Amino acid sequence: MDYFLTILGPLLDGTVVTLQVFICTLVLAVPLGLGLALVRVSHFRTASRLVSGYVWLMRGTPLMLQMLFIYFALPFVPVIGVRLPDFPAAILAFVLNYAAYFAEIFRSGIQSIGRGQYEASQVLGLSYGQTMRRIVLPQVIKRILPPISNETITLVKDTSLIYVLAMNDLLRAARGMVQRDFTTMPFVVAAAFYLLMTLVLTWGFMRLEKKYSVYDD
Amino acid sequence: MISARDIHKHFGGVEVLRGVSLEMGKGEVIAVIGPSGSGKSTFLRCLNHLETIDRGEIVIEGETLVSTAADGICRYVEETERRRICRKMGMVFQQFNLFPHLTVLQNIIEAPITVKGLARETVVPVAEELLRKVGLLNKADSHPSRLSGGQKQRVAIARALAMEPDIMLFDEPTSALDPELTGEVLRAIRQLAEEHMTMLVVTHEMSFARDVSSRVVFMDGGEVVESGAPHEFFANPIQARTRAFLNHLG
Repeated sequence: MDYFLTILGPLLDGTVVTLQVFICTLVLAVPLGLGLALVRVSHFRTASRLVSGYVWLMRGTPLMLQMLFIYFALPFVPVIGVRLPDFPAAILAFVLNYAAYFAEIFRSGIQSIGRGQYEASQVLGLSYGQTMRRIVLPQVIKRILPPISNETITLVKDTSLIYVLAMNDLLRAARGMVQRDFTTMPFVVAAAFYLLMTLVLTWGFMRLEKKYSVYDD
Repeated sequence: MISARDIHKHFGGVEVLRGVSLEMGKGEVIAVIGPSGSGKSTFLRCLNHLETIDRGEIVIEGETLVSTAADGICRYVEETERRRICRKMGMVFQQFNLFPHLTVLQNIIEAPITVKGLARETVVPVAEELLRKVGLLNKADSHPSRLSGGQKQRVAIARALAMEPDIMLFDEPTSALDPELTGEVLRAIRQLAEEHMTMLVVTHEMSFARDVSSRVVFMDGGEVVESGAPHEFFANPIQARTRAFLNHLG
């Protein structure tokens, strides 16, 4: 029990780092993903293709590689080269990567809304922007909640990748103590912490799905 | 009210409209009938720019929506104008196309608030009056998924009327309904006719065309074959194609 209390402090510190990365990524990547999806489904051909290319790049290479690139290689890139501290570098990599996945989820949601909704909006005089904001996107949210929930839970666990930038997240804190003290107890506690975080998320998304179940498509 | 001249339209290699013309006066109720694939729905959809035409001219209440110059190039007016002109026409679809995430009342007040910028307090009483008219005031707070097809279509009619259009376009308003539900929708349309609303109704309901319309237009193969007052039209059809169509219906 005494040992448990001694590892609790560092593990909670690690959890704070994990949650910071998680929240910052979510808050920035969801709107960015939505923006990318709207460009992707727009009639601006070139912009739409650029987004497709971006999604291919971000989904086609490992997140860890992207993070290492931003931290170690970006400073040497001409013009845009900038040396970022570890936390901003990690957030930038996570946001750019997750925005690509969110963009695909939003795109599939937007494209699942039938033509009739657009036609009804058009004959009532709504502009394209009004149709998106008032008619299409509110319906999209209901449909994409399950995949968004999936992606969000994955993000909680992906945050452990920041150990490559020597940041002390939950998993790295646990591993440090396991190697130091020759006991697997910190792993078990870390697992419980991860499970607790995903439990809260699962519950939150269930509440949201319930809220949207007041109507059927 | 509506003047369409020499409308041509093709989808891929198929010519769906081959020079359709129609003049429609205020208060007229025109029933457009014809076999499937005759182009009647496409023609209706061209009038409010749900489809773009290849050639011809459409003028709504004296304002040109689209015209074709002598060089054969077809030009629409710019977008803001286009939307303003098309707002003179309300439309009811075969598949209702209600907004599923909004309640019945919200479906009706959405466009007056968002498009016309009216205050909620002014729009709600109007919407409630329209719902009373179509007999659905008690469903105001229901979502469309809780309604029958006939109820959905009556909400769709109320929603279109809330924008105070001068002309109503109906695209096979009863074709997606169970037979026992068509009556309630036709009654709502008939009531509008009695209030002298100008209406263009694409329909398969011959009795409705006969009893309610002031003129019947028969289309086949992307052309207007024959048109006339319903009594004349059904009693003495002139064209062979019209006779064949009417006989086929029995």
